[in-house]
Amino acid sequence: MDRRVMFGGKVLPYMLLLPQFTIVVVFFYLPAGQAVWQSFLLQDAFGISTEFVWFENYQELFTNPEYYRTMGTTAVFSALVAFLSLSCGLLLAVMADKQIKGATIYKTMLIWPYAVAPAVAGVLWLFMFQPSLGMLAKLLREWGIDWNPLLNGTHAMILVVLAATWKQISYNFLFFLAGLAAIPKSVIEAAAIDGARPVRRFWTIIFPLLSPTAFFLLVVNIVYVFFDTFGIIDSVTGGGPAGNTVTMVFKVYYDGKLGSDLGGSAAQSVVLMLIVIALTAIQFRFVERKVQY
Amino acid sequence: MNLGRKLKLQLAGALLAGSALTAAAPAFAQTEIQWWHAMTGANNDVVNKLAADFNASQKDYKVVATFKGSYPDTMSAGIAAFRAGNAPHILQVFEVGTATMMAAKGAIKPVAEVMKEAGEKFDPAAYLPAVTGYYSTAKGEMLSFPFNSSSTVMWYNKDAFRKAGLNPDAPPKTWPEVFAAAKKLKASATPNCGFSNAWVTWVNIEQFSVWHNIPIGTKANGIDGFDTELKINSPLHVKHLANLVELAKDKTYVYGGRTNTGEGAFTSGECPILLTSSGFYGNVKSNAKFEWANAPMPYYPDAAGAPQNSTLGGASLWIMGGKSAAEYKGIAKFFAFLSDTDRQAKLHTDSGYLPITKAAYAKVKDSGFYKTNPYLETPLIELTNKTPTENSKGLRFGNLVQIRDVWAEEIEDALAGKKTPQAALDAAVSRGNTMLRQFERTASR
Repeated sequence: MDRRVMFGGKVLPYMLLLPQFTIVVVFFYLPAGQAVWQSFLLQDAFGISTEFVWFENYQELFTNPEYYRTMGTTAVFSALVAFLSLSCGLLLAVMADKQIKGATIYKTMLIWPYAVAPAVAGVLWLFMFQPSLGMLAKLLREWGIDWNPLLNGTHAMILVVLAATWKQISYNFLFFLAGLAAIPKSVIEAAAIDGARPVRRFWTIIFPLLSPTAFFLLVVNIVYVFFDTFGIIDSVTGGGPAGNTVTMVFKVYYDGKLGSDLGGSAAQSVVLMLIVIALTAIQFRFVERKVQY
Repeated sequence: MNLGRKLKLQLAGALLAGSALTAAAPAFAQTEIQWWHAMTGANNDVVNKLAADFNASQKDYKVVATFKGSYPDTMSAGIAAFRAGNAPHILQVFEVGTATMMAAKGAIKPVAEVMKEAGEKFDPAAYLPAVTGYYSTAKGEMLSFPFNSSSTVMWYNKDAFRKAGLNPDAPPKTWPEVFAAAKKLKASATPNCGFSNAWVTWVNIEQFSVWHNIPIGTKANGIDGFDTELKINSPLHVKHLANLVELAKDKTYVYGGRTNTGEGAFTSGECPILLTSSGFYGNVKSNAKFEWANAPMPYYPDAAGAPQNSTLGGASLWIMGGKSAAEYKGIAKFFAFLSDTDRQAKLHTDSGYLPITKAAYAKVKDSGFYKTNPYLETPLIELTNKTPTENSKGLRFGNLVQIRDVWAEEIEDALAGKKTPQAALDAAVSRGNTMLRQFERTASR
């Protein structure tokens, strides 16, 4: 006998879906659709004259060598930030998970940077490494390193990577710590009794059990570096020197907000959106297979 | 949904910024005039005081001054508000945004027109020509109201000059003299820096060209038409950049960045000579712990006609379109209030902004103020040095905010040794021209 409670009509399920659906449409599909539409237009800053130009904005984008350069910069920047922030977050979490005095204080302190706004984080790092005023820059100089992020592209890149990584470590730390707390102690103890040393215990027991967390963080971090870092870049280097730290999202922000080239900026954000969708899809298709839930 | 949110923030955020301004209903029949500005610190107080004084001086209009962030932020906020249909009445726009504002024919209303319609006394000849030239059409119609103006000057550290055995009361006048002095300073007083500058393109390309009476672009630096083409790869431009590149090798010249962040190197005593805005005055006055002075920009003595006159930095007030006649009347009254000689003179001596009328300049000069404060007169001497020519009355390039960054990128490449000065400036011209053509396309319609 069927014991499920049945509701008549087909309206109610849709009504129940409606709030969620509305949110998705209003906050996702509408703005995304607007971006796609805008990317086909050529407009002056004030929106007085508008011309529908089909794919001209895209054409211009893909015939511009500068754009390919920003793609390369983005790849380097994203890979470095994601790798560094994930590995540092994991290392710190594993350390903080041990039985140590004042563990709560360490944990709290490590979480703090997450509360710092990206632009503020950028300015903090900028001050420390400012060639003529920064304390750390002075130290580097004393060691004989000619530190100059204003003209040296590699130095500038190191600086934005550090700032962006520092900002994200806390977030990763928090999730890794929660992930570690969820691993049953009995499993680890059993391994220890069997004679596995800490390093081996980590790689064969802890890390595989952490993999769902690690995978989730990988996706979140990729989205973070692709979308959330323009504030840091804007305040630390402004894309300089000579365009060495212009990433794709910074270019979207720069061309759209400062340059008032909404068509070109929209075309770039559509490209960026496609790239992130593709990256996320790849992650779910290939990386997720290795994840043990 | 993180992705969706970000996109939404980027694209719809601009619109939201505009709607944040909810028009406060006036309690009585007073016409409210919204004034969006980008003035911080002491200058913010000046703006608020001007609005308060104006409001106290009459009953019909009320000027509401609102701070909107940095210059670019204020401009984007104004543009976004216009797109959303609730632009402010008065928008403060920095000098590089002039061409963009000017091209937006339906979005703005020329100052001259507003003053005429309101029947306010308005004589363009009463203003300093170097100031009005920047903000007028080729026909001489004043489009926006100059508010805070500055020019490039050379700041120098007198104590360091003494230490290096240089005469602190005879600052170098020409570029070769500056280079020689910088070498001496670096050798004996300031080991890390000989000279530097902030606003790299404003100082080394825009002001440099104007001061030497050579074009930045064709069509009178873009004032006569949007079909202008850049000319900044001339032999003199290349020579100057080549000198900077050469001197940068041993840090006689230190690159100070694209904005004013490099100015700290002067007040900290690290760089004994620094070229930047005359608006740096307040900062130097309160932070420099040594004896300082400023002098006019250096020039190349072999360049014919140099020095010419300098051009402006700073910002002007634009009147936005689509407002009621009563509102325009109020704006005209407010601008007449701002142009008042006594008020201009006081504004100048209080804040360090340049006076914009000839009468105010004469009044301050007669009062003997410059005898004790010569630093405030240096930019005025530069601006009024000679009658402005085609090459020196101002500049008007669309997309200039971005073009400046392209120029800076190329200069940075040259300084880093990745390109020759000639190749860098050639690229600066061709990349800049592409951006000018794009602007021309959206603006001419």
